[in-house]
Amino acid sequence: MHNFDFTKPSTIAEAVKALSAEGAQALSGGQTLIPTMKQRLAAPVTLVSLTGIAEMQGVCMGEGGLHIGAATPHAVVARDAAAHYPALAALAGGIGDPAVRNRGTIGGSIANNDPAACYPSAVLGSGATVVTNRRKIAADDYFQGMFTTALEEGEIVTSVVFPIPEKAAYVKFNQPASRFALTGVFVAKFKDGVRVAVTGASNDGVFRWAEAEAALSADFSAKAIAGLTVDADGMISDLHGTAAYRANLVKVLTGRAVTAAR
Amino acid sequence: MTKVTMTVNGKAVSAEAEGRTLLVNYLREGLGLTGTHVGCDTSQCGACVVHVNGKAVKSCTVFAADLEGAEVRTIEGMANADGSLSVIQQAFQDHHGLQCGFCTPGMVMSSAALLAENPKPSEAEVRHYLEGNICRCTGYHNIIKAVLAASGQDVPAVAAE
Ligand SMILES: Cc1cc2nc3c(=O)[nH]c(=O)nc-3n(C[C@H](O)[C@H](O)[C@H](O)COP(=O)(O)OP(=O)(O)OC[C@H]3O[C@@H](n4cnc5c(N)ncnc54)[C@H](O)[C@@H]3O)c2cc1C
Ligand code: FES
Ligand code: FES
Repeated sequence: MHNFDFTKPSTIAEAVKALSAEGAQALSGGQTLIPTMKQRLAAPVTLVSLTGIAEMQGVCMGEGGLHIGAATPHAVVARDAAAHYPALAALAGGIGDPAVRNRGTIGGSIANNDPAACYPSAVLGSGATVVTNRRKIAADDYFQGMFTTALEEGEIVTSVVFPIPEKAAYVKFNQPASRFALTGVFVAKFKDGVRVAVTGASNDGVFRWAEAEAALSADFSAKAIAGLTVDADGMISDLHGTAAYRANLVKVLTGRAVTAAR
Repeated sequence: MTKVTMTVNGKAVSAEAEGRTLLVNYLREGLGLTGTHVGCDTSQCGACVVHVNGKAVKSCTVFAADLEGAEVRTIEGMANADGSLSVIQQAFQDHHGLQCGFCTPGMVMSSAALLAENPKPSEAEVRHYLEGNICRCTGYHNIIKAVLAASGQDVPAVAAE
């Protein structure tokens, strides 16, 4: 790994200032960035740790729903969101393994926007708002294709605000070696309609399955989507599963998520 | 290079670290605590698990500089004060929970973290919790037995499926 300068600010303002320097990059839990740096796919000049910023930590109810600080580890979300948003807590508790969950954070996960990551489906499926040091971004505008987001140079995610649905569930089909989602589906039923977000399946990263949303908004049951099919065009194909296999998984897992929703 | 100070196994310690010095290198090379092993260096095997502020963490996937002031516990800090094996370590010995022993430091640290959170886990909970700890000798059934024994529960005849 190439060497770098390390800094650990204690406020968002200081972090933003440090990140304005040439070659500076944010470090949150490091569960993606450190392996990437070991492979020399990233070589920041300065790393700005976000783990010492109190205002970016924790889970609490507030205006618009459940507020989660961007530097909150997955294990803390799994524990502290359980009473407010059980489907989200369960998703966080199923990421990787316990040691990954003790370091990895929601902000790092959605900034990275890995096409097989779990959190992007919850953020998009809940219609959450991504809050940055500059603005508030609706989930529908935030995710822009695999490893691509609306974040600009020097902009950091500070928190995510989740509206709480009447019922929701996330069902993940594990890629057995990495434990990322081979395909994962997040279904959320709100008073005014259902949202279905799919991760792990598409070459474009997380996406909403509009036909299923329409069918489930009319009838929230697994049989409501029985007649639908998912086009395999644009789905990921690799040694773990073909595009057609993933397209089929999207439908199967959506049905399971609807049945599991509570 | 800067000095990074932490508490490791109850003792205040200080060693030089670059920005890129991983916790595992700080422990092994800086402090000579070579009980923590590097199995993969790609964040996947769990051989390097230690406790940071009471939580299981992969020491190959965290920078020492990010842990200024932290409380760290490694396998060297697991034995009882008189040097005898702790309950978990003894259970690994009694139930043949190790073969070559390479994964064992991480297995013991992850198991200790599990039992601190959940003192009487079911067999399924033990298997789920240890998902991130890989044993190249594949001695999983005996590891599960050791953890259940350490929790004071009856050790079932775990089927070698
Ligand atoms: C063995 C293993 C298994 C895993 N399994 C899963 C899984 O099943 N599902 C899953 O979803 N993930 C999984 N992950 C990934 C894990 O969830 C990571 O924690 C997560 O993707 C990145 O979060 P982080 O806090 O570690 O970010 P980091 O690695 O610190 O950063 C990732 C990227 O985001 C940027 N960044 C970080 N924070 C911010 C911020 N607040 N604002 C802007 N940019 C920021 C960084 O500059 C970097 O580019 C796994 C990881 C490992 C090692
Ligand atoms: S050496 Fe750290 S996870 Fe394998
Ligand atoms: S005992 Fe050999 S790797 Fe586990």
